Amino acid sequence: MATRVQFENNCEVGVFSKLTNAYCLVAIGGSESFYSVFESELADVIPVVKTSIAGTRIIGRLCAGNKNGLLLPHTTTDQELQHLRNSLPDGVVVQRIDERLSALGNCIACNDHVALTHPDLDRETEELIADVLGVEVFRQTIAGNILVGSYCAFSNKGGLVHPHTSIEDLDELSTLLQVPLVAGTVNRGSEVIASGMTVNDWTAFCGSDTTATELSVIESVFKLRDAQPNIIVDEMRKSLIDSYV
Amino acid sequence: MEMEQSGMFMPAQTVGTVLCCICGVAMPPNPANMCVRCLRSRVDITEGLIRHAAIVYCPECHSYLQPPRTWIRGLEPESKELLAFCLRRLRLPQRRIRLVHAEFIWTEPHSKRLRLRLRVQAEALHGAILEQAHMVELTVHDRLCDNCTRAQANPDQWSAVVQLRQLVQHRRTFFYLEQLILRHGAAVRAIRIAEADHGLDFFFGSRSHATKFVDFINGVAPIRFRNDKQLVSHDVKSSIYNYKHTFSVEISPVCREDLICLPPKLANALGNLGPLVLCTRVTNSIALLDPLTLRSAFLDANQYWRAPFKSLLTSRQLVEYIVLDIEVESAEVHIGGSKYVMAHAQVARITDFGKNDTMFTIRTHLGHLLNPGDYALGYDLYSANNNDFDIDQHKNLVLPETILVKKSYQEKQSKKRGKARTWKVKNLNMEVDTTSKGRNDEKRNTEYEEFLRDLEENPEMRFNISLYRNKEYQPSEAASTADGDDIPSIPLEELLADLDLSEDEGNQNGENMDE
Repeated sequence: MATRVQFENNCEVGVFSKLTNAYCLVAIGGSESFYSVFESELADVIPVVKTSIAGTRIIGRLCAGNKNGLLLPHTTTDQELQHLRNSLPDGVVVQRIDERLSALGNCIACNDHVALTHPDLDRETEELIADVLGVEVFRQTIAGNILVGSYCAFSNKGGLVHPHTSIEDLDELSTLLQVPLVAGTVNRGSEVIASGMTVNDWTAFCGSDTTATELSVIESVFKLRDAQPNIIVDEMRKSLIDSYV
Repeated sequence: MEMEQSGMFMPAQTVGTVLCCICGVAMPPNPANMCVRCLRSRVDITEGLIRHAAIVYCPECHSYLQPPRTWIRGLEPESKELLAFCLRRLRLPQRRIRLVHAEFIWTEPHSKRLRLRLRVQAEALHGAILEQAHMVELTVHDRLCDNCTRAQANPDQWSAVVQLRQLVQHRRTFFYLEQLILRHGAAVRAIRIAEADHGLDFFFGSRSHATKFVDFINGVAPIRFRNDKQLVSHDVKSSIYNYKHTFSVEISPVCREDLICLPPKLANALGNLGPLVLCTRVTNSIALLDPLTLRSAFLDANQYWRAPFKSLLTSRQLVEYIVLDIEVESAEVHIGGSKYVMAHAQVARITDFGKNDTMFTIRTHLGHLLNPGDYALGYDLYSANNNDFDIDQHKNLVLPETILVKKSYQEKQSKKRGKARTWKVKNLNMEVDTTSKGRNDEKRNTEYEEFLRDLEENPEMRFNISLYRNKEYQPSEAASTADGDDIPSIPLEELLADLDLSEDEGNQNGENMDE
């Protein structure tokens, strides 16, 4: 189900939150309303963690992660790192990496199997991504933009990309990612998809400016209508428990 | 694009379709990511553009006001210039909006409304460029412009006057000047022309017109003039002074065919020209001819006015002589375009002829014209009473008894008197003051007759004048071939066909036979 939400009257939800299949990170807002929306939706399924990264609230754009791990920029403070290590489930590897491009959320877009990265990312970072997140890494551009992390958002079920993406590009990306992709907009015609929304396999949160058309596109491409969180999470829990044992 | 030019392979890029974020219709992506209809319904780029404006129009001179003070003429309805003028009045914000197309929508002229349809392009949200039509209605207000108000308030308002004066007893100069002015159109800008004692007054609306007229007169007559002005009104706040300008122009009193006695200084300066000279031609310089030595001199206006002199005898004092005998003395001499031949002649006054034996033997310069038995006009110095200061100045001056000036066709012309001429001249539209004292209509008419006769006799005088064919002239049955001696008349080739634009006769202008 897709929900409309606002962070302190701002519709760029993807900037202030990070949602994956195993956890959810939320920025510290002046009022608790943002956090409460996430909590009401996700509380009994996955942990919802309030945090800051590098002292800022734009956590969604600074970190990149999936159910296997979380990558943080080198500007993250030690306390934040420790807090995250403590709050997140044990199966999630939290790693701080040294990368010139420190806004990892803008440079990396990933789901649980595949990641698309900024073409100028370091070799070591690419290897780290492959290790920590357990994904296959592809360097790509989307509609001519190198900030792939901003202009597309995808989960294991589907993806939404920049509206100006050509059909050939869409086909190519779709083959790489192995998920259905659609070009569309969010927040009433905004092209910066990943800042406007955040998504995982069963739920999505969009800015409150998102129109009904956009919402229906999102729900159809990410297959959110008949998603049942419990089944997915149970599967995950099983795999997590298995690894401990 | 550089990559394409360098020959690299660029895969084909097909633009996909996105859903409009508002209405959900499939459309190619645009910067706003809304379909055109949704964009248009949300964004109005003509917001802030004015829809009604007013322009001011003067119904008298058909000009439009460009504030604060300029009135522009020549703007035809529905013309490009009027469109440009209206667009300037609309004050479109050039930074934000680009004007793509503008046209008039037709309105009734008496509705006092002008309608424009503009198409403007502007950037809507997120950089999408939208084009929209915009209607503007301009109200036309009628108001008389300053010039028309002034003209209406006082139609005779003149601000400069040129007063031409010549202190002589005849008006020949003014008849001649009238024809010159007509030919060159120098008085087209005059508001009014009035006849005055000893001259003419020309009234103009602006000082520059008057100056131009004075310059024209300067080129055709030896004049001196002065310029004066009188304050009419004074606008204290903007320091504008309204004046009436007066140009007092005085034409030299020396006329053609006048006998002049030069003051001794001037005679010396001109190379000891015999103190008695005849004036042969007056244009902007005076041509003097010594009839006894056939020497000539030219005096230009400045030279004359430095030491002005008056004529000794004028053409009113011409007396008729009959030539009894003539003996050519010298060869033909060409001076200033005319030829003269020195001759000895025996003449007698017509009044004396037959009554007594008074005869004079004189030298004359008209040897080429005169034959025994001809009549001639000349100055009778023998019996004239000269009260001239300059003559007394010359010591040991021997005056000839007679100086002949021109040949006379009086006898033969008396037969022709009363018959119409083949040609006519036009007249200036003058206001004549009929109530003033001292006007003599008969004298005017005789003078005018003489002027016309002068025109017939002198081809060089006709040079600058337009003569028109007289349609009313019917040649008489008594053909002029009976006259053995040719009276000077104007050949047909010199006459211009008068331009007749009357519609009932369907008369288009025929040949314009100019010399």
